[in-house]
Order: sequence, then structure tokens, then C-alpha cells
Amino acid sequence: MVIVAEPKQVVAPGELLAEGDHVLGDNSFKVGTKIFSACIGIFEVDGNRVTVVPLKGGYFPRVGDLVGGRIVDVGLSGWTVDIRAPYEAMLPASETPGPRGPRRRDLSESFDVGDMVLSQVLAFDRTRDPLLTVKGPGLGKISTGRVVEISAAKIPRLIGRKGSMISMLKRETGCQITVGQNGVVMVWGKSPENERVAVEAIYMVEREAHTRGLTDRIREMIAKSNVVGEVARTQTA
Amino acid sequence: MPEPKQPEKLIDDKGVRIDGRRLDQLRPIKLEVGILDKADGSAYIEQGKNKILVGVYGPREAHPKHIALPDRAVLRCRYRMAPFSVDERKNPAPSRREMELSKVIRESLESVVLTDLYPRTTIDVFIEVLQSDGGSRCAGITAASLALADAGIPMRELVAACAVGKIQGHMALDLSDAEDKYGEADLPVAWVPNANLVTLLQMDGILTTNEFEKGLTMALDACKTIHGMQQEALKKKYLVIKEVAEEREETEVVA
Repeated sequence: MVIVAEPKQVVAPGELLAEGDHVLGDNSFKVGTKIFSACIGIFEVDGNRVTVVPLKGGYFPRVGDLVGGRIVDVGLSGWTVDIRAPYEAMLPASETPGPRGPRRRDLSESFDVGDMVLSQVLAFDRTRDPLLTVKGPGLGKISTGRVVEISAAKIPRLIGRKGSMISMLKRETGCQITVGQNGVVMVWGKSPENERVAVEAIYMVEREAHTRGLTDRIREMIAKSNVVGEVARTQTA
Repeated sequence: MPEPKQPEKLIDDKGVRIDGRRLDQLRPIKLEVGILDKADGSAYIEQGKNKILVGVYGPREAHPKHIALPDRAVLRCRYRMAPFSVDERKNPAPSRREMELSKVIRESLESVVLTDLYPRTTIDVFIEVLQSDGGSRCAGITAASLALADAGIPMRELVAACAVGKIQGHMALDLSDAEDKYGEADLPVAWVPNANLVTLLQMDGILTTNEFEKGLTMALDACKTIHGMQQEALKKKYLVIKEVAEEREETEVVA
């Protein structure tokens, strides 16, 4: 078992990563005993597991994912939602909270074309389009705050190891941030200025996801903007 | 603009070609990645006087829906020459040649893209030749595989392509427009290095078995060189951002 490529470095598709009995992580494939990268990304080694964390790429739905989507069509029994995936998602009326049974009212009273909804992927098995639900705490129409759309490939970096990046962002900017796995990020701040700084920081993560010391650099950027975060607020209170 | 005249000699007495190259020399190549904002992935190549822009979209929903395949993504490819890309205005309607090249380029890329990861979708590749100077199908493949990688589409590896030909009885690498027109044969090759697969092999003209074998070796060597340049170009985009960001950090620490 030999690691050939240097960990934490950018690798191109077809680049030899390792040889031997490693566990294949995402975006890697095996030919004989050799393991290659399948996309442009950062090479990571975690014990026996070799992974390439992609630097680019769209969203591919997985069951349980929290996703932000835009209503594109209102039907008789549900909505069609654009969740920035290669497939159109369906949100059936039965997956909205409220009384069961046949409803006579127009579905567009709940969600209309153009509305943003925060939802969860209920079912998806590649043979049929993903099914969404808005039953659950915090799910439903997004009518306040700001929505930032970044590449879905950068979401793991935005969350950080054990949520280090996102919890730092929330603390320092004093904003409530919800991250959709499909790259839709929702920001609610106590002032427009706080929201602006948070949005800027999110774009910075997207741009510089593959660089070292990013968390510190972003903390510094927020500190320079003189936005009062949570820590400072509790101190003044 | 009139058709350029046929040069008296394609190779001079010293064995130098009309553009000053040796027989086994590539034209200067410039590769850039991610230069289109709206496309999911893009690449630009200059090879000699060739200027080719490639945009990739996808994987995205297949339209019209009936073209979608239940088990894998459909790769669609369009090779197109701009009306101003050649000496005499090219009719913008898709020609027989463009349709053929779209097909062979698609086939040369299909074997590396992991299409089974995205069933019922399409991946669209648009290859726009802005200026043409011979060997544009090869330059197109080189740039298209880069653009696919830039879009983050999972693929086995990058495809590199290069043509060889026969001019005045000699095998010569990477023919230019004049050499292609007035030479005796042309042999475009696309190669996938790790798998050691030839994914495009066409021939125009007549070559002996020996000439063919010599030409193929020359083309594969050139593909190796081009493949290295592709990897470098792809990584450069991210390394530049990294350098700038980390340098900024260092100067801030000093300040």
C-alpha cells in the first residue's frame, strides 16, 4: 500500500493517487491495484481511505439532504422545484404540514412560482426524480433573510471539519445561517450590514476553498468589517 | 481574401518546415481553463494559429426528454467553425464535415467520461473554432476534455490529441493548414494515457505500413507532451488563487 500523490494537493482527473488495498472514497476509481482520481479536486487521505474532494461540480441529490429550491411550477397535487440538480424535484401537497385530506384551495396559495423553499430530500433512487418534503422544523417557504447560491462542491468546506467554519461564521457575524447541501445558503442577520458581511464571507469560502488557513483569514476579514458578532454582543449586554 | 498560394516547398533543404519547425516539433500551445462565466466548465486553446473555445454544460436535465438514457448520461457534442475562422467565409449552416467531427469528437470523449453516474441527464460540449489552422479536431478534443474536467464532471482521465502527416515524403508532426492542404497524408490521433487507449484514429491520404507506424509513435509522444500541459493548465487555475490568498495572509501577518 503506497500513497503516490501528495495529500492536501490539487489533483487532476486520471492522476495516480495510490496503489494497493485502500478503501475507495468519493471521486476515485481503481484499475488493477492502482487508484486514480476521477475529477479535479483536493486529494485527502483518512486512514486507509483515499478521497478526492471536488473543487467543481453540481449537486447530486441524496436522501436526507437539506436543500433550498425555487418553485418552478404549481400543479394540482404538488409543486415542481428547481433544486440545482440535474433532475426536477417534486414536492407533493401531501408533504406539506397541515390538515390531511383533499383540499379544494389553490396550491399557489401556499407556494407560488418563484418562491424559495427550504426542504428535505425524502426519496431519490436515480430511476425517478427526487421527492421533497417541507414537513419538519424550519422547513418551508423562505420569506426573510438573504439567499446566497454557491457551488455545491464547496459546501463541505463552508461547513468545515465538524462544522468549524460555519459555527465560526455564525458566531463572528451574529447571523443565523442555514446551509443547503445543494449550494443554497440562507442568511438571517440582525442588520443588513451583518448579512452583507456574512454573504461576503460565504463567497470568500467558495473562491478560496482549497487554500490553507482559510478560517483564520475569514475571521480576520469579518473583524475588519467592524460587524458586531455574537461574542461582542454578550459582552456588552 | 483569396486562398493562400501553394508554397513551393513544404520543407526546405535543411529539413525546416514553412513555419520554421522541425519535422517532430509541435506548434506553440496555449491552454486556459475556466474562462467562461456562464458555462459549467470551459477551456480555450491556441495551437499555432488555431483558436478554439469550448464550453461544457451539465450534467443537466435532458431536453428533449426522449433522448435521455435510463442508465447513463448522454454526451452531446457540437463542433462548429465560425464563419470568420477561415480565409473564405464559411457558411454558418452545419456542414457535413462539422457533423462528422462532432461525432468523432464525441466518441473520443465518451470512453473517459463516467456517464453512468448521472442517469437520465445530458452533458453538452460546444466546441467553437474561432480561427482555424489545421488540426482543429485534435485541438478541439484537447480543449474539450479540459473543459469537461473544469466542469467537475467525473472522468477517467484527460484525452490528449495530435495529428501527424506526410509532407514531401516525410512524416511530420502537428500539420498546419498549408501542410494539411498540400501534403500527402493526415493522421489525427487522440490518446488516453493511463488506459493506453486510442480513442480517435482517422486517416486521409495514403501511408505505407512503416510510415503509419512511425507516424503513430510520433503522435503518441506528442499526446504525452500535450497531456502534461493539460494537467498543468487545469491545476493552474486553482494554484493561482491559492498563491494569491496565502500570500495575502503572509503580508498581513508581517504588517
